[in-house]
Amino acid sequence: MGIEPLQAVCVALLLLLAMSVLGLLLHRSQNFLVAVSFAVSAAASLLAAGAGARCVARGSVSSVTLLLGLPELPFTLRLDPLAGFFLVVIGLLSLFVSVYSLGYVRGYLEQRPVTRLVVFYNLFLAGMLMVVLANDALFFLVAWEVMAVSSYFLVVFEDERVENRRAGFLYLVVAHVGAVAILLSFGIMAGLGTGFESFAGYSFDMMRQTSLPPAWATAAFLLAFFGFAAKAGVIPFHVWLPEAHPVAPSNVSALMSGVMLKTAIYGIVRVAFDLLRDAPWWWGVIILVFGLLSAVLGVLYALMQNDLKRLLAYSSVENVGIILIGVGLSLIFRSFDLHLLAALALTAGLYHALSHALFKGLLFMGAGAVLHATGERNMERMGGLIHRMPWTAALFLVGAVSISALPPFNGFVSEWLTFQAFLLSPSLPQPMMKLLIPMGAALLALTSALAAVCFVKAFGVTFLGHWRGRDLPRAHEAGWAMRAGMLSAALACLALGVFPPLVIDWMDAVTLQLVGTKIGTPVAGLGWLWLTPVAADRASYSGGIVFLGLLVCIPAVYLLLHIRPGGIQRVPAWDCGFEKLTPRMQYTGTAFAMPLRRIFGFLFGIRERVTPVTRPGQSAFPVRIGYSLRVRDRVWSWCYAPIALVSFALARQVGRLQQGRIQSYLIYSFVTIIVLLVFLR
Amino acid sequence: MNAYPYFLELLQVLALAAVAPLFAGWVKMLKCWSQGRTSPSLLQPVSDLRKLFAKEVLLAENASWIFRFTPYLVFGIAVLAGGIIPILSVDLPLARTADVIALVALFAIARFFTALAGMDVGTAFGGMGSSREMTIASLAEPAMLMAIFTISLGSASTSLAQIVSSIQSGQLLLRPSFAFAILAFVLIALAETGRIPVDNPATHLELTMIHEAMILEYSGRHLALIEWAGMMKLSLYCFLGIAAFFPWGIAASRDMRALGLAFVALVLKLGVLGVGIVLVETGLAKMRIFRLTEFLGAAFLMATLGMLSFFILE
Repeated sequence: MGIEPLQAVCVALLLLLAMSVLGLLLHRSQNFLVAVSFAVSAAASLLAAGAGARCVARGSVSSVTLLLGLPELPFTLRLDPLAGFFLVVIGLLSLFVSVYSLGYVRGYLEQRPVTRLVVFYNLFLAGMLMVVLANDALFFLVAWEVMAVSSYFLVVFEDERVENRRAGFLYLVVAHVGAVAILLSFGIMAGLGTGFESFAGYSFDMMRQTSLPPAWATAAFLLAFFGFAAKAGVIPFHVWLPEAHPVAPSNVSALMSGVMLKTAIYGIVRVAFDLLRDAPWWWGVIILVFGLLSAVLGVLYALMQNDLKRLLAYSSVENVGIILIGVGLSLIFRSFDLHLLAALALTAGLYHALSHALFKGLLFMGAGAVLHATGERNMERMGGLIHRMPWTAALFLVGAVSISALPPFNGFVSEWLTFQAFLLSPSLPQPMMKLLIPMGAALLALTSALAAVCFVKAFGVTFLGHWRGRDLPRAHEAGWAMRAGMLSAALACLALGVFPPLVIDWMDAVTLQLVGTKIGTPVAGLGWLWLTPVAADRASYSGGIVFLGLLVCIPAVYLLLHIRPGGIQRVPAWDCGFEKLTPRMQYTGTAFAMPLRRIFGFLFGIRERVTPVTRPGQSAFPVRIGYSLRVRDRVWSWCYAPIALVSFALARQVGRLQQGRIQSYLIYSFVTIIVLLVFLR
Repeated sequence: MNAYPYFLELLQVLALAAVAPLFAGWVKMLKCWSQGRTSPSLLQPVSDLRKLFAKEVLLAENASWIFRFTPYLVFGIAVLAGGIIPILSVDLPLARTADVIALVALFAIARFFTALAGMDVGTAFGGMGSSREMTIASLAEPAMLMAIFTISLGSASTSLAQIVSSIQSGQLLLRPSFAFAILAFVLIALAETGRIPVDNPATHLELTMIHEAMILEYSGRHLALIEWAGMMKLSLYCFLGIAAFFPWGIAASRDMRALGLAFVALVLKLGVLGVGIVLVETGLAKMRIFRLTEFLGAAFLMATLGMLSFFILE
């Protein structure tokens, strides 16, 4: 291709922006609008992903200055390997979701016009691409706002329901609090660089060159981390995630969970590794601790959910935690000058970012197909869907196996790399690290085991068994567009699981840029089969051969035993001789998670109530039993309710100033003028 | 290219498939003797498997392809794991394919699909078995990983062949982390293979079953494959323990005498392990399911302590 990667991305951006304007004009013909718009966004995503892949493969850095922006600070775009990597993450999943949306959005056409959805979808994609490409703080924040506001409008697409509006509002509030923190952080970095004199300090190039005094650098890092963590959904800033992701249309949820959270990770990596050069070791510890907290609590909350999309949202919290574990470890290793280990940990974190985008997108697309077919989001009313929606079930199973970190899929590779990074860390000189590293490895192992339980529950209750709802199920298989989107995501998951050395070899440019070395998995000859990050006798894993082994062993056993002709007889279920089996006797999702709810119950606000209705005089034999279970996120009552109380109290105190009499207001103005005249001459 | 390692690989897998039912029979014999009963013959599990293979398969009306696929998957994974763990020799071509973390993950796939198969038919017992099994696994698997990490830290590698070689060359004898790791591994192996005090493999009361409850609906050759894979899993955990803690006897060179010696050593070690298993099973009673949290928590704690002691002391 003769086009430069940066030019290709600019073309993609222009396509998306043009399509969002054109969408307004095509309001009359909705079918045509849907077809054209998502085809264009698929093409733009493909362009962006290709450009990003090219940039990382070559390791090139290119930038361009636009004619917009402030007089001293024009908007600058920069495409370096880190940005290229995240372009691939964004572009690849957007491609699959856009193909999926061709079928999914049609389901909305009979209820309402989808012009809003289409316009803001394209704006959302454009915003994310601009965030990754921005090379100065002003453009970054403009793009961040475009991304936040367009996703707000997407979240409240079905705004006739109160809970959707509330969820959107909460999302907007948290996003803006985070944006203010990011703005302050950039302000510190820019101001201290140029002495608060000019706007030129806001460009990232200038920020890279300045070295801040340690206290200010720490302040900038903490503000940036908490601002981006609010967007990424790190506990305790995650409260908007389980509210906003379920109410959004499922293609939007897939993008938000799969890609938008990754832009926040991009922000953290950019600030900690690129803009603030000399990071002390305890910054990495902060990232690592928040990552571990989010991972464990996220998966435990996910286990308790019965709403399929809420479960997936909490699982995103968990996976963001796992990515931050890799990033935090990398920062720690880099501060001790262990560059090879830092590259390994960073590769683990970024690989998980890419993998999570793919399998979480796949899972949300599957949940969307189920929602589209049954009209239900509550798992307790579903079941047996594998017979009616075989393709969706199989593809959702691929997503569930990937997210549970099982070979030969991609979730296992990133987790394996993270464990190798933990195991190589005895070389650290700091005593607190000697305690933190084993605890971290233990909590990561616990997280992945609990994730498997969570997804056995999600898949088993939704797709297996009998239909648990009252009415007859009217589920039908998803259309070809939805299936194509999901199938391509599933194939990508498998490819990332079977060919990790090729992907890591491609990713070397990113670690080279940020940490200074690359892992150097040898790819020549048959080297592409073996993942040997540090040394071959230290640890090696071959996803390809495991996959091949499973492909050979299982059919071999099947063929050896299937020598007799004739089909298998179908009979009623045995169930140890019970005859009257009803669908009500199956395990529900609540029942499945009960042992873990008992064991880890102290972490949640659980209120369980059993109310028997008995006849008078026969208290031992109830006529009817009522059961209610409420599981609440403790972060609400411990963090957010006190903040809300204090803010309201403060507001009431300040409200006393509003007397309603013009005499007091005149006195306020008089006193203010005297003060200004006396103290600010 | 030398075909000897591949021949060794095949020999190892066949040895596993043959030894597993015999080991199960040996454990049954010892258990009966210790309880003062007449034991069945050593070859009884083999006869049971032969009987099941000859029987017809009856599938529930509601069973999906996952139910039919799971027995083959579970057996295939047991075979694959048998090719990875150094049982008779260290010189295995598949040993580089998967290290201990991947081995634990392979067992996790088998458990994942067995749990799904339990929920597939839509009975209460299946769901109950799946729920309990996954809960126990979610506590046992991290403890297993921690125990393995402790050992791998000692020998600076997660590859099993490397661990065996470094222990055989005498570097790892008296480390405190080792002691913690052995203790944790014994507790976890009891949990993962479904032995008393975690799960009673000989129970016929459905409400006390954990692993058996997931496979209640299976019949014929499917049940034979699952039972065989279960026996192979018990043997595999014994082999894993032997490889990680007492690997003396595993052939490091390529001559036939070393191989013969390895086989004899293996039989002797399995015999001793059988006695150990029966002492535990006869001496303890099965725990209530919610007491298992303490049991597995103790294993987890000990494994993490082992890792901590490695970091702090060594």
